[in-house]
Amino acid sequence: MSDIAIKCEGLSKRYRIGESDSFKTLRDVIADGLASPFRRLRSTFRNGNGSSPSALSPSPEIRNPNSEIRNSFWALDDVSFEVKRGEVVGIIGRNGAGKSTLLKILSRITKPTTGRAQINGRVASLLEVGTGFHPELSGRENIYLNAAILGMRKAEVERKFDEIVAFADIEKFLDMPVKRYSSGMYVRLAFAVAAHLEPEILIIDEVLAVGDYEFQRRCLGKMHKVARAGRTVLFVSHNMTAIEELCPQSILLKNGRIERSGPTHQVVADYLTSTTRDSAWQIDEQTDREGTGNARITRLELLAADTDAPISTLKFRESFKLRIHYDANKHLLDPRFGFALLSDKGERVFQTETTELNYRIPAIEGVGSFDCVVTAPNVLPGLYYLESWIVEQMNVAFADHLYRTARIEIVVDPARQEQLTHLTYPGRGRVFMDCQWSQPERTDEVYAGR
Amino acid sequence: MHLSTHSEALPTFSIDPPEGWADIGFRELWDYRELLYFLTWRDVKVRYKQTALGAAWAIIQPLFMMLVFSLFFGRLAKVPSDGIPYPIFTFCALLPWQLFAHALTESSNSLVGNQNLITKVYFPRLVVPIAAVLGGLVDFAVAFAILLVLMFYYGIVPTWAIITLPGFVLLAVMTALGVGLWLSALNVKYRDVRYTITFLVQFWLFATPVAYPSSIVPQKWRALYGLNPMAGVVEGFRWALLGKTKAPGAMLWVSVAVVIVILIGGLYYFRRMEQEFADVV
Repeated sequence: MSDIAIKCEGLSKRYRIGESDSFKTLRDVIADGLASPFRRLRSTFRNGNGSSPSALSPSPEIRNPNSEIRNSFWALDDVSFEVKRGEVVGIIGRNGAGKSTLLKILSRITKPTTGRAQINGRVASLLEVGTGFHPELSGRENIYLNAAILGMRKAEVERKFDEIVAFADIEKFLDMPVKRYSSGMYVRLAFAVAAHLEPEILIIDEVLAVGDYEFQRRCLGKMHKVARAGRTVLFVSHNMTAIEELCPQSILLKNGRIERSGPTHQVVADYLTSTTRDSAWQIDEQTDREGTGNARITRLELLAADTDAPISTLKFRESFKLRIHYDANKHLLDPRFGFALLSDKGERVFQTETTELNYRIPAIEGVGSFDCVVTAPNVLPGLYYLESWIVEQMNVAFADHLYRTARIEIVVDPARQEQLTHLTYPGRGRVFMDCQWSQPERTDEVYAGR
Repeated sequence: MHLSTHSEALPTFSIDPPEGWADIGFRELWDYRELLYFLTWRDVKVRYKQTALGAAWAIIQPLFMMLVFSLFFGRLAKVPSDGIPYPIFTFCALLPWQLFAHALTESSNSLVGNQNLITKVYFPRLVVPIAAVLGGLVDFAVAFAILLVLMFYYGIVPTWAIITLPGFVLLAVMTALGVGLWLSALNVKYRDVRYTITFLVQFWLFATPVAYPSSIVPQKWRALYGLNPMAGVVEGFRWALLGKTKAPGAMLWVSVAVVIVILIGGLYYFRRMEQEFADVV
């Protein structure tokens, strides 16, 4: 038997942009089908001669071979690697780097566009906790349903049933519909089922990003056991602590390609301090913007506050500088510049504008830029988006307004990671405040109130 | 995927770019029979839990259809019923019709309705529309009890022909699955297919001898009428249960042939389209 569990050769996946949010309708297809003979007929008449070359001119898509390429992107681009049996490999990278696409291909949910992979052994993939849970069904019923969906046999579920219930700690609520569960209970139950899978290859995507801290420790412990039992595990996470704890080897993906692979501590260090190339966002071409267009934001740059060196990820509580480049095609008096930080769920975490800080810009014209230094931001680690705008002061209209431009990742400084890992657990809110615990001394004043 | 830990030979499979026509993969489907069971069970359970009337719903629908048909077609329009009391004549046809209509609608919408599964877990996608079709059989069984009561009331004793009944049930299920496979795959790609399903079912009802006997169709066109497989199914039901009408001959064989073509075509079309489901759904 081969000792290779997973072998990928040149895996690539191309998505068409907008494929998933604009559905083709049958009506369009039929209408196109009906219209095309007329179109051909019309061009035939226009040329007076059916055999003229333009009568045979193909549809615009075919005429422009680049349109297909322009409207698509490679989510995964020529990825090759091997995982030996019993290896536990972490996969890291920013959002959109291709991690999820890779897992989806290896779990056989979607097909690669080119390239191939060979898998030796049964695969169970956990791309989400509680896949297929039905809110109307009871906890007991959902255990069976979810287990069947994940590929567990009924006999096996029956054998492990008590263990699953104990792990989830929901004995009392077993016959209650899960729609009445608290979110903690729901997640515990879902993970408990998944944790009792025994495939040879386990593919896990960020499922630990849920649940309370105590439960996360238990899940990590369970996964440690899985790893020690000689199973092959692929584990995707944004939680570098979990990755370092679980996976001796890691792969760093970037823009669909393998940027680096090897011992985890090196790869993670690379990832955290990585690349200055991503520190700027060329947003000239971005089309989902609003405003008069009298001035446009052309580029955003993240720089170190003191040295002006480009940075790509922000470290928790580290000052940074945002440079906003603009291009004004009119002479604009008294414009206002501003930006906001949005959470990945779209909540506005923070916003600021030039005027509110008494920074007055008399006028702009042509190209230029402004800097805003943010000192020791108290925003918790995670993924954020930048929203940015220019307001024409005179008529209080947006000259330019971009909702979701740059994606910013705020991470914990590796050097301080030990003390601060708890900050990366979700459900903690968005900001951090300095605080200190103590017990009041029992002075007379305390008793005086009695 | 059996997930027992002790296995002699590990399954090996390769992941390749989409190929044109894939084989149907009955073997894998068989491996996933437990999932098929649980998805069917979920559909039925949730349906009965969510409606206030629960299982009664399975009875009410055909019963009310029967009342309306009996009043308007039987009593007022005096539609012939081959010498059978009109209520049982139409109820006997409504049973397979409801089974078919329900199974067709459910399976056509099944992939879109289960997109959270399709984008997160691998399993043979055929399980989804098949489970949706099988779920209809439970309703059918419940409504069948009412039919037995009606037969008793009208003093109809079934003949030996009743042993062929499972064959007609199978034919109805295969018709629904065949068409459902086509529509569910199309529904993923073209979202307006969903709106055509209601229309299709309505249209199909009037093209099927539910409210009228197929004997009103001239003899020479009868075989052609079998191109609608449900015509063969409905007449087969009447013959198998009530025993008064003649066995559907050529019409039935045409129906069977049509169903086989639709079903096999549907299976292959589905398998072909399935390779992009997760990307489009």
